[in-house]
Amino acid sequence: MDVGIISYGAYVPRMRIKSEEIARVWEKEGKKISAGLGITEKAVGAVDEDSATFAVEAARKAVKCSGIDPQKIGAVFVGSESKPYAVKPTATIVAEAVGATPFMTAADFEFACKAGTAAVQACMGMVGSGMIEYGLAIGSDTAQGRPNDPLEYSAGGGAAAYIIGKEKQIAEIEATFSFSTDTPDFWRRQHALFPRHAGRFTADPAYFKHVVEAGKGLLEKIKADPRDYDYAVFHQPNGKFPLRAAKLLGFPEEKVLQGLVTPLIGNTYSAASLLGLASVLDIAKPGERIFVVSYGSGAGSDAFSLTVTEEISRKGARPSVLVKDLISGDKEYIDYAMYAKHRRKLKSL
Amino acid sequence: MRSVSIIGVGLTKFGEHWDKGFRELIVEAASKAVVDAGIEGKEIQAIYGGVMASGRLIGQEHIGALLADQLGMNPIASTRVEAACASGGVAVRSGFLAVASGAYDVVAVGGGEKMTDVSAEDVATALGGAGDQEWELFNGATFPALYALMARRHMLEYGTTEEQLAAVAVKNHSNGALNPLAQYQREITVEDVMNSGYIASPLKLLDCSPITDGAAAVILCATEKLKQLAPNGDAVEIAASAQASDSLALASRKSMSEVASTKVAANDAYRTAGVGPKDIDVAEVHDCFTIAEVMAIEALGFFPKGTGGKATEDGETELNSTISVNTSGGLKAAGHPIGATGIKQVSEIVLQLRGKADKRQVNDAQVGLAQNVGGSGATTVIHILRRRK
Amino acid sequence: MNEALPLIWRRIPERYNMLGSKCLNCGTPYFPQRKMCPKCRRKGKIVAEKMPTEGTIYSFTEVHAAPKGFEQETPYFLAMVELSNGVRVLSQVVDSPADKIKIGAPVNMVFRKISEDGEEGVIAYGYKFKVK
Repeated sequence: MDVGIISYGAYVPRMRIKSEEIARVWEKEGKKISAGLGITEKAVGAVDEDSATFAVEAARKAVKCSGIDPQKIGAVFVGSESKPYAVKPTATIVAEAVGATPFMTAADFEFACKAGTAAVQACMGMVGSGMIEYGLAIGSDTAQGRPNDPLEYSAGGGAAAYIIGKEKQIAEIEATFSFSTDTPDFWRRQHALFPRHAGRFTADPAYFKHVVEAGKGLLEKIKADPRDYDYAVFHQPNGKFPLRAAKLLGFPEEKVLQGLVTPLIGNTYSAASLLGLASVLDIAKPGERIFVVSYGSGAGSDAFSLTVTEEISRKGARPSVLVKDLISGDKEYIDYAMYAKHRRKLKSL
Repeated sequence: MRSVSIIGVGLTKFGEHWDKGFRELIVEAASKAVVDAGIEGKEIQAIYGGVMASGRLIGQEHIGALLADQLGMNPIASTRVEAACASGGVAVRSGFLAVASGAYDVVAVGGGEKMTDVSAEDVATALGGAGDQEWELFNGATFPALYALMARRHMLEYGTTEEQLAAVAVKNHSNGALNPLAQYQREITVEDVMNSGYIASPLKLLDCSPITDGAAAVILCATEKLKQLAPNGDAVEIAASAQASDSLALASRKSMSEVASTKVAANDAYRTAGVGPKDIDVAEVHDCFTIAEVMAIEALGFFPKGTGGKATEDGETELNSTISVNTSGGLKAAGHPIGATGIKQVSEIVLQLRGKADKRQVNDAQVGLAQNVGGSGATTVIHILRRRK
Repeated sequence: MNEALPLIWRRIPERYNMLGSKCLNCGTPYFPQRKMCPKCRRKGKIVAEKMPTEGTIYSFTEVHAAPKGFEQETPYFLAMVELSNGVRVLSQVVDSPADKIKIGAPVNMVFRKISEDGEEGVIAYGYKFKVK
């Protein structure tokens, strides 16, 4: 296939809450929880932010870096599990905001934490087949955790956007491979406010099985080896799972760290593996290869093999604010009370 | 155009009238005005009613017809006039033009607002409609916020201080304490203002005019017909009536530290009346917020631009000082029942020129001015009144 | 406050992307859009013009008493922003520490929720600004 990434953009909201602050409210051992999850703090959107505003911010950066006329974007797909509307696409909001409307197609994707990579694959197919010239794929979530649920420590917020096309790729996507089964490890029913999960069942039969099968499948399909890659990015529901997945697939830890963003912003769900990839693209050099595997509960994984091109050295090819700056730059720590207010967790609000 | 005089004024008490609605208030004010004019009432040929937001506040439109009906004046013509907070002043001007043109000899001008039947948030939203709904209110602006933006510019450009703004409220409360119809008849201190909570910084609660129920009315008569139609009234002549407009949205104004429409209307009014700012003995100005009075006394030429805050702090606008401003207590202390305000201002000047303002009487007041502003300055209407020789 | 749905929809180009107007006769840019140039009136020729997304704070206030629909957001900063082409817009300033919000501070546009019609109604999105 001759499709690849033309540009990317990332967004992380400004507020942070520390795992220990959440633990303080529920009178749990914060330090131990934080260490156990490999997460010290998570990013939280403000009261006037949602997954649509996150997606727009990320998409605008991607469009700017691409240098293309947004009218040439033929498809906008937004993957999210925290859509502002259950019915009414976020994708049209984003498409309007980046100036891609009206002669294009749009849809929202939902596949728990891998809806963003599913959107990337859909764009690859449409670009590869010649249906469209460029596609915009976004993963965006204001991940929701029920108060006093283990997920509350990890459910963060963020977005990453990718423009997929053929011309002037900063990274070629050589292949993709998916592994999907019906595995109910994490879900949210239609009218439920918060997702539910199956505890430790989310690990071996869910996350690890799918990530490893998709990863192995891709390596076999293209006859590649972990040693061929400079970086590996995995879905990162916490700071520990991706490191173990890497080990199972044979990737050394040092190849995973650049793409591991969850410890300081939490699990950004549909954005997680895409934000990790953005972090890698921020520093990757031409010729370097990147291995990416997403995971979405329910369950499935999409694996990708990428090679960075010379185009990444072009001035303006990368966003002016890098992922590491989004993570560690301007941020504001809030306490649980402010967190409850901004995320509307107080019932009377 | 013919000369027009005011022969009668009538006001309700301003405040929270839990037991009275819009109808009761307007009938009370109008009846008082007719009695004050010394006429029977059948001389009145038309009604102009100033009301800003009755639709949102009491669910009632078609106020013109309601007035004629409630006042027992059917079938004469009755017209509602709306210009946000300048509704009352523009109603006076509408009545003035109708008489000056010769269309009518005697008209009644009434105005009022019943504001306490809905929540404070609903009032804020209704008043927000005086600004630009789609580009100010939609973005979270309130009226205090718009004036706060102006105050911040005034402070930056001229060094005006929050204490100087507070001095406006202190002075107006001091006058209000002398006005038995004022909503607040108590004195306050600069510390009280400074210690009150922020509504929209730098404006604090005591920089803002309150939510008020009330009504006001005046009776206008052609000066040449006074002897014939109103021989018993104590008439005061309208020496000038002027009105000017500016952009609805604050964002479109050239300057945010002045009220340009007031400057234009003032120049027009001074020219028509043949007087200047120095000739004004008493003025009622639109102090919906303390900064508004500072900008008003500058735009009216009482003080050079940028010095209104200092002049107020120095006591130059106190009762019987350089110029007595807002002897009624202004919107701040007397209260601001929107549609009534512009009419109350005019009636206060009438009382002053008649020498009937009791404890708040300005010595030997000959010429008075009333300045009524709509929105953040999109409308200004000014009347200059003169004691008849 | 809540606006009528068709109105929210009509304003999307202006509120998402600050698409304003420009008079070709006198060159004056306008935001929001105008159908008639107030300076040139009939002689004017109005065309669409995208506003710059950067500017400086011309004045600001922190709103503590909100109108309906903004009660949960107080206190919030509201600013008169002067865009780099001289056009002024009234907007909320978000994601900025209070000590950085001052007259002259450089700001750039961000995309946020402005209001929503309760939990079940339509959400209106649009521009706000953030101190750079």
